[in-house]
Amino acid sequence: MVNGQWSIVNGDTPSLGRRVVVAMSGGVDSSVAAALLVEQGYEVIGMMMRLWSEPIEEGAVCTDNRCCTPEQMADARRIADQLNIPFYVVDTQAYFRKTIVQFFIDEHENGRTPNPCIECNRKIRFEYLLNQALALDADYLATGHYARIRHTPDGYHLLQGVDAAKDQSYVLHVMGQHELAHVLFPVGEYSKPQVRQLARKFNLPVASKSDSQDLCFVGDGDYHRFLREYSERQFLPGPILDSDGNKLGEHKGLPFYTIGQRKGLYISAPEPLYVLRKEMAANALIVGRRVELGQRELIAERVNWMDGVPPSQPIPAYIKIRYKAKGVKGVVTALENGRCHVHFDQPVIGITAGQGAVFYDGDRCLGGGTIIS
Amino acid sequence: MDHAASTPVHAEVAAAMLPYWTEVYGNPSSSHEHGRFAHRALEQARERIAAQFNAHPDEIVFTGGGSASDNLALRGVMLRARHDGGGNHLIVSAIEHSAVMRTAVQLRDYFGFDLTILPVDRFGQIDVEALKTAVTPQTVLISIMAANNEIGSLQPIEAIGSIAHENGVLFHSDAVQAIAVRRWNMETMPIDLMSVAPHKFYGPKGIGVLFARRGAAMMPILTGGGQENGRWAGTSNVAFGVGTAVALEMAMDELEARNAHYLPLRDHLIDSLLTALPDRCVLTGHPSQRLPHNASFAFRHVRGNDLLMHLDMAGISGSSGSACKTGDPKPSHILQAIGLGDEWIKGGLRLTVGRQTTMDDVLYAAGKIPEIIRKIVNG
Repeated sequence: MVNGQWSIVNGDTPSLGRRVVVAMSGGVDSSVAAALLVEQGYEVIGMMMRLWSEPIEEGAVCTDNRCCTPEQMADARRIADQLNIPFYVVDTQAYFRKTIVQFFIDEHENGRTPNPCIECNRKIRFEYLLNQALALDADYLATGHYARIRHTPDGYHLLQGVDAAKDQSYVLHVMGQHELAHVLFPVGEYSKPQVRQLARKFNLPVASKSDSQDLCFVGDGDYHRFLREYSERQFLPGPILDSDGNKLGEHKGLPFYTIGQRKGLYISAPEPLYVLRKEMAANALIVGRRVELGQRELIAERVNWMDGVPPSQPIPAYIKIRYKAKGVKGVVTALENGRCHVHFDQPVIGITAGQGAVFYDGDRCLGGGTIIS
Repeated sequence: MDHAASTPVHAEVAAAMLPYWTEVYGNPSSSHEHGRFAHRALEQARERIAAQFNAHPDEIVFTGGGSASDNLALRGVMLRARHDGGGNHLIVSAIEHSAVMRTAVQLRDYFGFDLTILPVDRFGQIDVEALKTAVTPQTVLISIMAANNEIGSLQPIEAIGSIAHENGVLFHSDAVQAIAVRRWNMETMPIDLMSVAPHKFYGPKGIGVLFARRGAAMMPILTGGGQENGRWAGTSNVAFGVGTAVALEMAMDELEARNAHYLPLRDHLIDSLLTALPDRCVLTGHPSQRLPHNASFAFRHVRGNDLLMHLDMAGISGSSGSACKTGDPKPSHILQAIGLGDEWIKGGLRLTVGRQTTMDDVLYAAGKIPEIIRKIVNG
């Protein structure tokens, strides 16, 4: 529906003589992105951000899906050599620690379940790294995200990736018109299997690598350990209560639970129990039956409208409340102070403070914000 | 402009090496004809190198490179002293190349030797009086570089050597950066061990030389077939040995001409950057007692990694002691040692000119670098 009507940024901008910085992770997607750009005739520069180095314990086994490890870096450098493009590693550690890692810790301390990838795209990828690229006189920054950008008479639009299962527009909703005008998503036009095929066609030695994971800075993926180590606060155990205030058990510390969680509560009950909410003042975890999880509305803050202006009227939209959630029909109303209200047509399970609420019109991302209630 | 990192092999050097891969390919240790030819070539190369240094051929040890020579000198001398019941103390400067520094620290941390790290002044030079007081009856070896790899400062090696010899201590100097900028008469020079890396003066990589004065006793640290008089085991690299001899002879033949070529280029780089960025840029190293081809700077609130990336995009190669290919830069220990503050120590830049560098290259770099600095300065 869109291709006939809107132009493809990649296709309608002359690539010759245009400089692109491609953010390389050593993984399949960004490697194929770089190869596609080289093939399309851009002057391509590979760049990798050194975001984090957690002290690795002696004898620890490095998994291949964590970011900016020496292995990832060596992979990215090898791809860059093969494509005959320059490759630079940019030290982003201090800024990443200050913005993303601290944000992750703060949000957990405040009883939320943050999505650091969204914050990273906001502060690091499409601000810090984009500025690095523009300072190098690049016309574009390219990444290996699964999403598409279209230039239309009324501005730049962000569309879901061709591969619905891999679509990453959810974590990209923080982009504005300036960012969209200077960013390319070469693999968003393909499905993941096609991208793997392209990797083989380009003879890239990463064709069979596994996908990267979130929480790249938590080396072993154990964010409980990470919070205990890096937070200055102590997370105290407290009561697990039902909605009527009856004590059902004891929790290990509120940050170690998320809304909708069922496993790990260690309560025997006739019906499965789920985490409904956290009461920070009482240090209590409130649990209940699945039906109690349903909510028909939410409030989000720090809302970004990709057009640059909030809609003057309530708008119907599909709303995603998690990266992997399905869009649910509802109405979004812009409020003061960068907030918005969402009313769902039907109750939605698992609305979680800290996660993004992202709005869609069909496959077009309209914007989104951070859920606060 | 990164000739202190490496230089292209001179065409004559390359031509001189060629036959020793294809025609005279024997193993110098073999007793047959092929071995004899190879052996003769290697020994002639050794003699030619010794002649350039006014040294004895048996004082020339071929090693695997400059770092290998440093390792042999430090480890070899200290371990031998321990075995012979000698002293236990080693002195280095705070701005040694990591080949010396890490070896010294390992000898201290894992082998129980005492180590004194002598501070340097703001020009990167040691205080000779401080060296005198650092020497103890336990001191076996002083290792102080002839010229610093990052900031180009020359050390008072004659004075250091005299102090060493007055106290019966051996003096090793890492002269990797300094070999081709002056003449070396080892008969009068009070140096007992000196590290040489031919790839810094248009010779091949993968070979080094350690000058080791007769009587400077070393424990072999690479053991095997007893090559190099038992001091560096492994099949001799005849071609690289020949290349080293030719490169060194050329460097000494052209010494005055090369230095005369470097000096105005270096000085123009220094003058123009200091003029263009008076409050953001300082010269590092000694203003006059420095390598003739080295212009080194520190920029305030600039990160070496960013700087090198932008320079590379502009077609200028430089290096920074603070930069790191893996994006995990550490403040340069050399810039720290000369007393620069936190806002400077990540922003080092070394530009080193070479035989093929032209004034046009220098003018371009001198125009481009201030532009880049203004763009990437943060804070």
